[in-house]
Amino acid sequence: MSERNQTEQDSGNGGASRRNFIGAVAAAGGLAAIAPGIHLVQVSQARPAGEGASKAVRWGMLIDTTKCASGCNDCVKACATENGINETVKDARQGSQWIRKIDIKEVKTGTTHSLPMMCQHCANPPCVDVCPTGASMKRADGIVLVDRHICIGCRYCMLACPYKARSFVHQALTEQNPEVPRGQGCVESCTFCVHRIDKGQQPACVETCTQAGHNAMLFGDLNDPNSEIARRVAQVTTTQVRADLKLDLGVRYQGI
Amino acid sequence: MKIEQYTPAEERLFYVLLALGGLVSAIGLAAAYYMEHFGHAVTGMTNQVFWGLPHVFGIFLIVAASGVLNVASIGSVFGKKVYKPRAPLSGLLAIIMLAAGLAIIMLDLGRADRVLIAATHVNLTSVFGWNMILYPVFFGLVGLYLWTLMDRRMNAYYKAAGFSAFIWRLVMTTGTGSIFGFVVARQAYQSAILAPMFIIMSFAWGLAVFLLVQRSMYSWNNMVLHPAVRQRLKNLLGTFIAAVLYFVIVYHLTNLYYAKQVAFEHFILVSGGIYPVLFWGGYVLLGTLLPLFLLYHPAIWKKSGAVSVAAALTIVGGLCQLYVFIIGGQAFPLEMFPGMEVTSSFFDGAIGTYVPSLPEILLSVGGLGIGFTLTVVGVRVLRFLPQDDLAMLTDAGYLHD
Ligand code: SF4
Ligand code: SF4
Repeated sequence: MSERNQTEQDSGNGGASRRNFIGAVAAAGGLAAIAPGIHLVQVSQARPAGEGASKAVRWGMLIDTTKCASGCNDCVKACATENGINETVKDARQGSQWIRKIDIKEVKTGTTHSLPMMCQHCANPPCVDVCPTGASMKRADGIVLVDRHICIGCRYCMLACPYKARSFVHQALTEQNPEVPRGQGCVESCTFCVHRIDKGQQPACVETCTQAGHNAMLFGDLNDPNSEIARRVAQVTTTQVRADLKLDLGVRYQGI
Repeated sequence: MKIEQYTPAEERLFYVLLALGGLVSAIGLAAAYYMEHFGHAVTGMTNQVFWGLPHVFGIFLIVAASGVLNVASIGSVFGKKVYKPRAPLSGLLAIIMLAAGLAIIMLDLGRADRVLIAATHVNLTSVFGWNMILYPVFFGLVGLYLWTLMDRRMNAYYKAAGFSAFIWRLVMTTGTGSIFGFVVARQAYQSAILAPMFIIMSFAWGLAVFLLVQRSMYSWNNMVLHPAVRQRLKNLLGTFIAAVLYFVIVYHLTNLYYAKQVAFEHFILVSGGIYPVLFWGGYVLLGTLLPLFLLYHPAIWKKSGAVSVAAALTIVGGLCQLYVFIIGGQAFPLEMFPGMEVTSSFFDGAIGTYVPSLPEILLSVGGLGIGFTLTVVGVRVLRFLPQDDLAMLTDAGYLHD
């Protein structure tokens, strides 16, 4: 398995204005992100430029499905804006979805849950194992990425991923976020907003969910016993989807 | 082998066939370029069914390529005299079919322009990565084997070369089968018998292709196969077809009774629309029972064309089988939440639909065209027509009738 200390991003200068734009759209939210500060605390310091991702960190996410409402799509919209997933596709089945809302209903009891599903950032990622070129890779801090300059678009990783987390870009793209390279003919998936994390920010979905007051998503370092996510994972019962596959997921769910 | 001049009619036929194959190949390449240019948006593939018709044809050719070499192996590794004159053709077809199959898969990549990256950045934990090594070595070994067969000075090494090629192709087909076998998350593919099943399928499909090519070459040369040789070959094909059927039954039974993949099996065998139709109608009826009937009916198999029809049907059945396996296996939704009903904007929990688009069909057929063209050129240049030495076979006790 290839663990590499590199990010896939191209440096660009359009990101700042985009973030300003997001901040403006999320009006009050822009302030709230700094004011309560509580969720920023668990994100450890920004990674200094040029320094590799740290093995000591294991980025993870905890999703409280009891706080996630069916029909709420705030996280999905935030992801699309942040990562420039804005293309119009003729066939919805060919469009990229880095994060999606899944509604589930227990057949026996009729109980329903709604939850966001995205790349689970497996510690033992099948996508990385099968990728012929090594384009699928896991960073030392547990984030699974596709190096879009090496991906040949064979789609084997899509076959291997148990969570349908990966999308294949079926058409030419325009108007991309320079910090988030995407491209026709390559496979892509949730990056945990690695470009934001490396600057000490939260993933876009988590930030938006928190700002909107849902508080269904929590992001942080699973390896740091003092982080809120590590404490919560230690206290409450959490679930890994398809735990039987023993992939040791970075994304945990509570309430299902 | 004695070299004869081609008659003008043969010359004409050669160029007609060459033009035909070239045209089909060119259309296939144009289709691939079109897909590459506009992206896979112009295909029927989606984020759920992302391996489509080109994979069915490509994998068929790659698997059959290994099997077609079986004919040579039986001659050189197991010393059976009927097969030896067939070894050169068998080796040539193996190389050509592997090349054609790989061409289809490569041209269907999202970034076919990066095919060199596939060769230079090999991830050795990936079964695909191993295959990047298995295929070139196969080309090399079979090439070497052909050389030992054709060059008198090299004749001494032909057994050794034949044996290495034989072992290597078993490894290679295991590698191809494992592409699926290592996918733990999908119900269709998590079976340990996939690797041996692929080997047996390769025997049947490869021999079927061989018999068809041999038959065409014989009729162009106004020759007929000696009935005893024909009988041996048709019995071998029948045995392979039956063996594949056995593995298919075991595969579905283990899925049903041990792996408890009942919903998946129900989908593939009963309720899945096109997939049960292709399975029962295409694979079982047309691709298995009918050829077995043609090959073993005491009067029918002797009729001209019966063995060829059986071989052609075996190929059709194989393609249907792969279609069900590859596309049906993706169409059935991933089970993330057992015991739950699942819905989403990404079609979770829903059966995927797939209809191949014209460019995909043209690319797939174009791959066959590439194989056909190379075969036409190869057999003409190399003159690999299998010629039975009847006196020798009689002495060896092969021809008692
Ligand atoms: S969820 Fe899928 S894409 Fe993400 S790391 Fe695991 S296997 Fe790879
Ligand atoms: S599509 Fe790209 S990332 Fe996925 S397995 Fe192929 S080369 Fe690797």
